[in-house]
Amino acid sequence: MLLIPCPWCGPRAEPEFSYGGEPVIRPGPAESVTDADWADYLYMRSNEKGAHRENWCHTNGCGQWFTLTRDTVTHAILSAEKP
Amino acid sequence: MRYSATSLLRQGLAGHRAWPAAWRSPPLQPRYDAVIVGGGGHGLAAAYYLAKRHKVGRIAVLERGWLGGGNTGRNTTIVRSNYFFPQSVALYDFALRQYEQLSEELNYNIMLSQRGVFYIGHSDHDMEMMARAVNAMQINGIDTELLSAEQVRAELPLANFGPDARYPIHGAFVQRRGGIARHDAVAWGYARAADGLGVDIIQNCEVTGFIIRSGKVIGLETTRGPVSAGAVGLSPSGHCGVLAAKAGFRLPITSYALQAMVSEPIKPVLHAVASSWATGMYISQSDKGELVFGAGLDLYPSYAQRGNLPTTQTIVAGMLEIFPAFRRLKLLRQWAGIVDVPWDYSPILGPSPVGNLYLNCGWGTGGFKATPAGGYFLAHAIATGAHHPISAPFDLGRFATGALIDEAAGAGITH
Amino acid sequence: MTAKRLAEGGRIDRGRTLRFTWDGGALAGLAGDTLASALLANGVRIVGRSFKYHRPRGLYGAWVEEPNAIVDVQHGEVQEPDARATTVELREGLAARGVNARPDVAHDRYGALDLLHPFLPAGFYYKAFFPDWHRYEPRIRAMAGLGRVATAPDSRRFQALTAHCDVLVVGGGPAGLAAARAAGESGLSVILADDRSAPGGSLLWQNATINGENGDRWADAVSASLGRGNVRIFARSTVFGAYDHGAWGMVERRSDAPAGWAGERLWTIRARRTVLATGAIERPLVFPDNDRPGVMSADAVMQYLRLYGVRAGEQAVVATNNDSAYAVALALRAAGAAVMVADLRPDLPPAAEAAITAGIRVLPGAVPLRAIGRDGVRLVDLGPQDATSPREAVMRVPADLLAVSGGWSPSLHLLSQARGSLRWDDGRAAFLPDRCPPDLHVIAAESIAAALVEGHAAGTDAAAALGARVTIAAPHCEPDPPATPIRAHWRVPIRRARQWVDLQNDVTSKDIVLAARENYSSVEHLKRYTTLGMATDQGKTSNVNGLAILAETTGRAIPEVGTTTFRPPYTPVPFGALAGLRHGRLFSPWRRLPAHRDHAALGAEFREYGGWMRPACYPRAGETAAQAIRREAAATRAGVGLFDASSLGKIVVGGPDAAAFLNIVYYNEVANLKPGRIRYALLLRETGIIYDDGVVTRLAPDRYLLSPSSSHTQGVLAMLEAWRQTECPAMRVAFHDVTAAWCTFAIAGPRARDVLARLTDIDLSDTALPHMAIAQGGIAGIPGRIARVSFSGERSYEVSLPAGYGPALLQRLLTEGTPHGITPYGVETSSLLRAEKGYILIGVDTDGMTLPGDIGMSGPLRAKPVDFVGKRSLLMPDALREDRRQFVGLLPDDPAAPPAVGAHAVEHTADGQRRSIGWITTSVHSPALGRGIALGMIERGRARAAAGETVELYHLGHLSRARLCSPVFFDPAGERLHG
Repeated sequence: MLLIPCPWCGPRAEPEFSYGGEPVIRPGPAESVTDADWADYLYMRSNEKGAHRENWCHTNGCGQWFTLTRDTVTHAILSAEKP
Repeated sequence: MRYSATSLLRQGLAGHRAWPAAWRSPPLQPRYDAVIVGGGGHGLAAAYYLAKRHKVGRIAVLERGWLGGGNTGRNTTIVRSNYFFPQSVALYDFALRQYEQLSEELNYNIMLSQRGVFYIGHSDHDMEMMARAVNAMQINGIDTELLSAEQVRAELPLANFGPDARYPIHGAFVQRRGGIARHDAVAWGYARAADGLGVDIIQNCEVTGFIIRSGKVIGLETTRGPVSAGAVGLSPSGHCGVLAAKAGFRLPITSYALQAMVSEPIKPVLHAVASSWATGMYISQSDKGELVFGAGLDLYPSYAQRGNLPTTQTIVAGMLEIFPAFRRLKLLRQWAGIVDVPWDYSPILGPSPVGNLYLNCGWGTGGFKATPAGGYFLAHAIATGAHHPISAPFDLGRFATGALIDEAAGAGITH
Repeated sequence: MTAKRLAEGGRIDRGRTLRFTWDGGALAGLAGDTLASALLANGVRIVGRSFKYHRPRGLYGAWVEEPNAIVDVQHGEVQEPDARATTVELREGLAARGVNARPDVAHDRYGALDLLHPFLPAGFYYKAFFPDWHRYEPRIRAMAGLGRVATAPDSRRFQALTAHCDVLVVGGGPAGLAAARAAGESGLSVILADDRSAPGGSLLWQNATINGENGDRWADAVSASLGRGNVRIFARSTVFGAYDHGAWGMVERRSDAPAGWAGERLWTIRARRTVLATGAIERPLVFPDNDRPGVMSADAVMQYLRLYGVRAGEQAVVATNNDSAYAVALALRAAGAAVMVADLRPDLPPAAEAAITAGIRVLPGAVPLRAIGRDGVRLVDLGPQDATSPREAVMRVPADLLAVSGGWSPSLHLLSQARGSLRWDDGRAAFLPDRCPPDLHVIAAESIAAALVEGHAAGTDAAAALGARVTIAAPHCEPDPPATPIRAHWRVPIRRARQWVDLQNDVTSKDIVLAARENYSSVEHLKRYTTLGMATDQGKTSNVNGLAILAETTGRAIPEVGTTTFRPPYTPVPFGALAGLRHGRLFSPWRRLPAHRDHAALGAEFREYGGWMRPACYPRAGETAAQAIRREAAATRAGVGLFDASSLGKIVVGGPDAAAFLNIVYYNEVANLKPGRIRYALLLRETGIIYDDGVVTRLAPDRYLLSPSSSHTQGVLAMLEAWRQTECPAMRVAFHDVTAAWCTFAIAGPRARDVLARLTDIDLSDTALPHMAIAQGGIAGIPGRIARVSFSGERSYEVSLPAGYGPALLQRLLTEGTPHGITPYGVETSSLLRAEKGYILIGVDTDGMTLPGDIGMSGPLRAKPVDFVGKRSLLMPDALREDRRQFVGLLPDDPAAPPAVGAHAVEHTADGQRRSIGWITTSVHSPALGRGIALGMIERGRARAAAGETVELYHLGHLSRARLCSPVFFDPAGERLHG
């Protein structure tokens, strides 16, 4: 069970959080984005084995989103950043 | 030596001293016509079909650890083809039909037990969605029936029909041809048969890179040295993203830990595979007597082959809610597999962005049931350079058009 | 049988006799006994049957390592299958039965299966029984399994709890006590978890003098002094699993559980540092017929003697390859048994001197070559370790007890689970800790003296790592004389005989040799092919022996073979404890309406809708639900109906950028909405799929009220927050979910305004409050809101007051409505009314594939310049396909038979197959139209409907036909909204 260092609240247990996927940059405006670029944004992921940047939300806490770097093999949390 | 009751009896009298190795442990050769990366059920099946159907000469399967040690050996062994979309039905029922004659074909008892797979519904809405699914399957030629609560009770008497059930049972649908098979035996059976056809199965050999010239793969770097390959098939389940990155592309896939667990063995009490739409759990009782079950994924991406305690607790609670009598039993073993979950829960098959490199990935939480199909269509793609008609809808290109095959949506889940 | 309870000794209460039954026979034991010690004291020799060959089996161990004594126990209403007799505390009235035998383990008629053993080697089932496996499987299944699970319900409740501490010490033996004592002295919060009824571990049965007193006294005194203040002792508590970031799973078995509560509690412990002091388990010696009843772990023999005052035999052979068993031999001798020692080491160690002095014969260079006696050991053949034939035996000795010690395996399961690693140590013939995670301290000591020193050091180090100081000295224990090295022994090279490695699963050394021959030579293949270590004892006594035999057979060293990864749990954990209170209604509590009880009083039939308990309808006496729904619908259309809409979401969106933000998040244009006005809008996912719908109300220029679906409110709120924080961080906008703060009743029907007229000071005229407008004012004297929105197609007012007024407002509305014939209606009736109007229900008419164009709402895509959520996805090739499924109405050819929801519309392909072109999503008998009507999603549905096409419907083998039409069946002009 992860102990996640919320940048606002400090370390809290995993059940307080929800996972929010890899950070992605939304391309736009819609009319000028190709199908392939849009599909890349929507679906393609680096799915890193090792240090993985990922968004989390302290859902059952302060409600804030932040970015963790977490090792997906050991689950060690390498850093937590405010947006 | 062919396996049979006769050979078993004869060897029994002779002290079992003449059984040959089920497969060799050959050295890695410098060159192969086709190399399969990943020695799980799918990869071994691909090698077998390449040798058997396509008569490809020199074939190797490269396995990072021990053969069958990934998701093949970590799942809950359920086989079924009760899917919503015709494309999925064609794919999964192809696999089930292969399974139905696989013991004989491979001369290895995979213990296919077609005891029926039940999906329990808990509301009128569930039953309507089940009717929609059953009709879709019947139209596509799959043996499914919609059952009333009374019919469910007759076949799953230990399910929770109590007055205070949080999820009352309104009915179910069943695929009678579905069931379970012995997961290790599938890998071992394919391995033995492939080895018998001359396939080199190389264990403890990790692929560390691709040798790519002019957009085509011509070989691989491995922990046992480089190997050149006419064509390469990827069948690495949870690690497909790692390999795709080495080959220079990304996939619409995230790898998660999927837990499974077993109870201590008890005398037979559960004679079918049962699954609940409310708690997402699925359970069967193995021939040894252990209850084998699982449910949802751990909540975040992971390559650690172990699950987390809160998810274990949720899975167990969800199982007990449907089978409260099992609360007296004890958890004997719990483990996790790393599953490659694509956005639309359907696999990604066929050509990749790199020439001569073919994909068999994205089977997510349900790859075991598709083992023969994954291998068969990967072999087809490697041998012919093109899709088999059944695998064509599962091409990676579907994400750029939006033509997803979203089975969760087919089951009525909005997301 | 010659085991017996001695006149003195043991940590038992000789004054308290406990009656229990074993396989139906009445027996008695003493308070403090385990079921196993009581059985042994009663001379019960066969306690189980092996899984495959049904060989008679006796007790081998004394604690969690026990492979043989698996029993079903019943105490009061509580039944537990597959309990280990060695860990079951004896209680008055306990009923225990052996498992997997007919009629009982002493007379098992399946025992004859053992004769077939030549044909049942490892993995025999892979080689035969096909293609007709389905014929064999039921018989094999019936033979398998151990205990039986009772199916009668019991009233037990379980708990799952959480604890935090600075230092967790796992194991309360000498090392654990020393560690907890040290860490506790530093003032840190410490949890000491021990799986027995009291801490002490091996101090309670092995010889040690600590700080001048007997080891057991010292253990009791330290436990008593620690068990208060900052050190918390959990007895009967097994730490079974290592999880991330210092979390541990522990199951506590309470002997003092209140009535109705189960004995087990599940703890999740979060510790900053952890000391693993989990001791070691003695390995068996592997030799021919080493599975006979009466062959026991020497350490277990010692435990039965010292903890329970039970001497396991009167004529004992102690066979060993290390020094530890000499103490057992001496203790047996002191307890009056005739004892002989066979030490396989060729030279007698110094440790043998005391035994010889005590009159014990010690035979060097000898191992058991065979245990003789079908139902229990009678004779033991002794001979050289390298004997290849039983004829090489040098001696045959009578014995009723063969106590064996094959060396010690430190219990490093938790270290392995915590991603530490193990290394093979030839000197100790054991796996020892290698790499250890930084927040762990592991002790794998060879003796009690070493355990005390290492435990104290671990406790001190753990405290120091957390900035605390330990000042007390380590407990002092006179070290043992230097031990003579163990001489490893993995099996006797006699080929024909069967030598058991895994007792419960009947895996012999031959099975391992066969697996290696067939190249199942990875340790994981070995485990899976032979089932070695897969039994309920999880291989605690078999893993190392099995590995070593595999290494020997394949010509590798043990480190080359490696070890399997240990998985949780260390010992089996009750499912009920894992679930805790998450059971029944607490599994996922329902939400209830503020006026729930009043609806009940009105005769509501409640059903669950997306986590809410809501009235489906209000059947009167003698009325079916279907009849009630039709009556309620007709009454609403004819006069007035009342519907509790309190569960509909209410999210307030405020801030200067509220309009701009919502225009990004919503599909429909909402920024140009005038204050006081309401608009229907869709919310899409970024994939373009419809996620939710509902009305958007502009309360003020900088303030909106959203009404998501009841089951989507939390999801919509989360989506708003995600978009605000990650994509629109500069926007000044905030959200507040006020769903639970308001009650809302819809008053619908031509007479709706009349009901409200006397209740409110709000101007209800159509000019002041037109359709899709909202007004604030007094309602029954309380400040509230009235909104003109309709999900029924009728003139409709949604009346909202603070939630606490829900019951009173409901009563008042009914009172005011009585002269107008007001009829409460439920969710099912509401769904019928909306179906007649062709209003979609999210998640019913739509699913995870539905785009806005599919339900005929493509305007905003063309008209709205904002880059709203999901916009680009609506321009993808698949979204622009002509043949998408579209929302349509269907009129069944048989007006009395509305089609089943879930029926598919089918067409016939060129090859004569059916092909689905869509499905029915809603189907009702419409009272307003006097016929069945349906809604569905059909390929090219709008064009087909415009052409008046008829489709064939398929449902569970039955066919029917329906004509496609507009989904708006009733009042297509919408006149009744204003009528």
